[in-house]
Amino acid sequence: MRHLLSISDLSKAQAILILDTAVELARVSDGAVKKLPTLRGRTIVNLFAEDSTRTRISFEAAAKRLSADVINFSAKGSSVSKGESLKDTALTLQAMGADAVVIRHGASGAPQRLADSEWMLGSVINAGDGTHEHPSQALLDAFTIRKHLGKGAPDLVGVRVAIVGDVLHSRVARSNVLLLTLLGASVTLVAPPTLLPVGVESWPVKISYDLDSVIGTVDVVMMLRVQQERMSDLFFPNAREYSRYFGLNADRLKLMSPDSIVMHPGPMNRGLEIAAEVADSARSVIVEQVANGVSVRMAILYVLLAGQPLEAGSK
Amino acid sequence: MSVALSAPDISRALIRISHEILEANPATQQITLLGIPTRGAHLAMRIAASMSQIAGHEIPVGMLDITMHRDDLRMRPLRPIMPTSIPSSGIDGREVVLIDDVLFSGRTIRAALDALGEIGRPHTVQVAALVDRGHRELPIRADFVGKNLPTSIAQSVKVQLTEIDGVDEVLIEEN
Repeated sequence: MRHLLSISDLSKAQAILILDTAVELARVSDGAVKKLPTLRGRTIVNLFAEDSTRTRISFEAAAKRLSADVINFSAKGSSVSKGESLKDTALTLQAMGADAVVIRHGASGAPQRLADSEWMLGSVINAGDGTHEHPSQALLDAFTIRKHLGKGAPDLVGVRVAIVGDVLHSRVARSNVLLLTLLGASVTLVAPPTLLPVGVESWPVKISYDLDSVIGTVDVVMMLRVQQERMSDLFFPNAREYSRYFGLNADRLKLMSPDSIVMHPGPMNRGLEIAAEVADSARSVIVEQVANGVSVRMAILYVLLAGQPLEAGSK
Repeated sequence: MSVALSAPDISRALIRISHEILEANPATQQITLLGIPTRGAHLAMRIAASMSQIAGHEIPVGMLDITMHRDDLRMRPLRPIMPTSIPSSGIDGREVVLIDDVLFSGRTIRAALDALGEIGRPHTVQVAALVDRGHRELPIRADFVGKNLPTSIAQSVKVQLTEIDGVDEVLIEEN
């Protein structure tokens, strides 16, 4: 593996390798010395052309715990805001000797463009591109689900997951559908028809428009953020109506089966898709997802960067 | 391919190492064994079992993965990370015995010393190996050796254990 662009590039064995590696690396985060020498002398660039808190600091913490040097590069305050192209940015990074670029970009496919180009030779890690994919988030979600509900199995066979909310704009949902079904879980998407993408009926998922009928039948309820910044049209009449039909509130929490968990990739719109009392409840693993994110991203960096360098051009 | 150690040879060597470790460390309550996965970890379990019998009390045993501390990660295909488990008594102030199947260049033990440094500060660190095949590249030696096997650098030494390979034997292969 050279790049991590999309979950669809991963085999089941590769996905499990990353999750298993993360299990061992999680110990580092618990240890007295939170640092390993593994990537000493390697340079990782965080190229964030779109806002992010969690993902950027998570990748930064992961790289630093593996002793890599980290250069943070955000579009605001860089030459990108003066109109520099992705190509010129990539050439600059290559000239600085970046071994890997963690890229977040508003345009779907930007990481793929970077990986397929000759502009730079390092690994490309997709940290979220437009409405396409967010593979590291899906891996950390699968890691969290496996930890709570995996019963010691390497995969997620038999686990039932509902992904609720703005699927249309959600790269998290796309990556999670691919990864969770790859690992054998069954996935139900719950959303108003306006927030489901065209062609969703060809996805390997069940679809429901009624949260109340689904919520008691699943082990995991994954809430998605309503992405108001990507909404130029009217997708639902108003926030109160959305919240009433598709929000996770205390009454719906009571309908959930025992041992089931509530997830959210963050940042949350408290009071819109998820009620504050649910986000802070005992079923919620939202804060744990963030902690697991560091271990999983360490595993991704390890798997992509620690072994023998691959020939340029190979995947 | 020739058999350098048979099953009875291995079991005799492990019992002898068990006695030697206890002899060298009179404070037997302070000993902690750490095997290096995968085969070193199984050897450590076996040595701990026989040492516990001889000493009359439980000898703590764990395993220590050293993959993340290797200096040759970039020279080989990706190595999977193996589990680490440290006994609850920890390693601070204890007599730690690292156990591996084959002592060769010494680089695994060097990496293990680095890995130990992240977990704690043992009183002493000692090394036991089932086979010492020579060709050291670092100033590292074994304190307890099952068998010294003079080999040429072109040969490879293969340790097989029942827990993994279904049979106990040490083979020397010509490459």
